[in-house]
Amino acid sequence: MSTSASTQRRIRDAAELLPRQELRALQGQRLREVVARVAHVPFYREAFARSGVKPDAVRGLDDLRRLPFTTKKDLRDGYPLQFLAVPRAEVARIHGSSGTTGKPTFMAYTRRDLELWSDLCARFLVAGGMEPHHLVHVAFGYGLFTGGFGLHYGIEKVGAAVVPAAGGNTPRQLMLLRDLAADVLVCTPSYALHIAEVGRAEGIDLRELPLAFGHFGGEPWTEEMRAAIEDQLGIQAFNNYGLSEVIGPGVSGECPARRGMHIQEDHFLVECLDPETLEPVPEGKAGELVFTALTKEAMPLVRYRTRDLASLDSTPCPCGRTTIRMSRVIGRSDDMLIIRGVNVFPSQVEEALLRVEGTAPHYLIEVDRPGTLDNVVVKVEVRPQDFSDAMREMVGLRDRIDREIHAVTGIRMAVELVAPGTLQRSEGKAKRVLDHRKEKA
Amino acid sequence: MKIHQLSLFLENRPGQLVAPCRALAKAGIDIVTSSLADTAQFGIFRLVVKDWQKAKQVLEAAGSVVNVTEVLAIEVPDRPGGLAGVLEAFDRAALGIEYMYAFTSGQRGARAICIFRFEDPDKAVAALRGSPEVRVVESEEILGK
Repeated sequence: MSTSASTQRRIRDAAELLPRQELRALQGQRLREVVARVAHVPFYREAFARSGVKPDAVRGLDDLRRLPFTTKKDLRDGYPLQFLAVPRAEVARIHGSSGTTGKPTFMAYTRRDLELWSDLCARFLVAGGMEPHHLVHVAFGYGLFTGGFGLHYGIEKVGAAVVPAAGGNTPRQLMLLRDLAADVLVCTPSYALHIAEVGRAEGIDLRELPLAFGHFGGEPWTEEMRAAIEDQLGIQAFNNYGLSEVIGPGVSGECPARRGMHIQEDHFLVECLDPETLEPVPEGKAGELVFTALTKEAMPLVRYRTRDLASLDSTPCPCGRTTIRMSRVIGRSDDMLIIRGVNVFPSQVEEALLRVEGTAPHYLIEVDRPGTLDNVVVKVEVRPQDFSDAMREMVGLRDRIDREIHAVTGIRMAVELVAPGTLQRSEGKAKRVLDHRKEKA
Repeated sequence: MKIHQLSLFLENRPGQLVAPCRALAKAGIDIVTSSLADTAQFGIFRLVVKDWQKAKQVLEAAGSVVNVTEVLAIEVPDRPGGLAGVLEAFDRAALGIEYMYAFTSGQRGARAICIFRFEDPDKAVAALRGSPEVRVVESEEILGK
C-alpha cells in the first residue's frame, strides 16, 4: 500500500482491510482448498473417515465444526514428518518446537510458505511503526525455534536492517544496542526486562539509547510487564503472537491502537472454544484458541488446538483493520482447573496477587477433594516488603488476598502465608498448581 | 532510647522456631528477650538481641524474612498498680499500643521491664519525656556496651 492514508495507519496489505463478508467468503474458499490438500495425509485421511467427513463435500465455513481437531499429541504421534502434505523435495526449511517430553515436533515450510510467513511478520512490524530506514536488533534464538528466523525475514521484507544478535550473552547485547544504536528491539518480553536489569548493573541506561519501540512475543506476558518494559527501556512495546504449529510469529499482532492482536484472518481461521465442551464461547469470554492454517502448503494443520487461552473481540478497531482481535494469552488450557464446576486459571490468582501487592510473590495453588467438595488452598510466600511485625497487618494482608481472589475468580480459596523459599521451584518455570484430585482419580 | 527489635515470619509447624534460634546460637548472638504471636496458621517471632545488625544478617542468610522495628523498653514498678500507672500515662499522652511483652533484667531479675511497640515510636518518645512516672530504659542498660 502506498497511499499516504494507509501509511499513516501503518497498513501493509489491503487484505487487512477486507470487508467482513468478502473475508468470510475468502476463508470459506480457502478452507475447502486446504481440506483437499491435506486429505491424503495419513492422519487426516483417518480422522476425516472417523468423523464421517468427505473432503470434497466440504463447501465452506459452515462445515468447519464437522472437521476433526489436531492436537499436540497427534503431531508427536506423527513424528517426525508424517503430517507433510507435499513431496519432501518441496520442503525449503524445517523448524520445530521443543516439547516437554524431549523430542521436538517438526514443522516444514515450502518456499511459498516462507514467503507468506515473512509477509505476515512484516504486517505486524509495519503496524508497530517499522520503516525501511530502521535498524532492528533481534535477540531471539536463531535455530529450530521460529522466533529468530521468522522475525529476521519479516524485518528484511519491510526493508529494514537487521542485527541478528540472537539470544544470550547479555553484556554483548548491550554493547551492540549501544554501539550500533538500534531503533527497534525484538525478543521475548522477559528477556527485554533482563537486558534492562543487566544494563543497570553495567551502568547502561536503556532509556538513553535511541531505541524507540519493540516487538515482544514468544511467551505470555501481562500489562504490568508492558508498563515495566516501556518504563525501563524508554520505548513503546508491542505484543505479537504465534506458534510454530500454526506458522510461527505472524499469526497475530498489535496495531497502534493496542486493543488486542489482529489475527491475520485471510490465512488463519480462528475459533475460541471451551476446552472442556469444545463448544464456542461467547465473544469476550476466554477460551482455547483453535487455528486452521488456510494457505500453508507443506504442513497445514486443520483445527489445531493451541491450548492457549484468550478471548476474541470483533468490535471495530480505530486502525481500520477489519480482522478480529485476540486478547493477550491469559494461560494454558492444560493449567485450567475446574473448582466446584467453575473454570479457574492460575493467571487469575496471579492477577489477584498483583492487585494486592503490586508485584506477584511466589505462590502455589493446591487442590484437593477431601470429601465430595473441592478444597483449594493458595500458598503465598511472604516477602520482606510484605512482612510486618504487627499481627493485625499480616492478618489484614491475608484477608485482602482472600477477597481479591474471590473477586477475580468468583471462588473462595483458603489463603495461607508461608515462609519464603518454601514453595518448590523447578528449572526456570515455577510450579503453580498441585492438583491432588488427579492422584486419587 | 529506641531499641531495634527483629521480627521473623514463622509457619505454624514443628521445627520452625528452633531453626532461627540455632542460627543465632551458632553466631554467638545472645537473645535478650523474645515473644511469639501466633495464629492457627502462622506466627511472628519477635526478638531483642545484643547485635541486631549481625543477627539480621545471620537470620536472613538462614532464609528468614526479617523485619526491623523500633520499640521502647519501659521499666515497670514491681508493685500492685505498677503497670496500670504506666498505661495511664500512655493514655494521657494518647499513645496507641500495637503490642507489648514483659521480661526481667538486672541481677537475679531485679527489674521488671516491658517492651512496647507503639504505633508511632517517635511520638511516644517525645510524649513520655513529659511523664516523670514512666522511666524509659536506655538500650545500653539492657543490651550492654
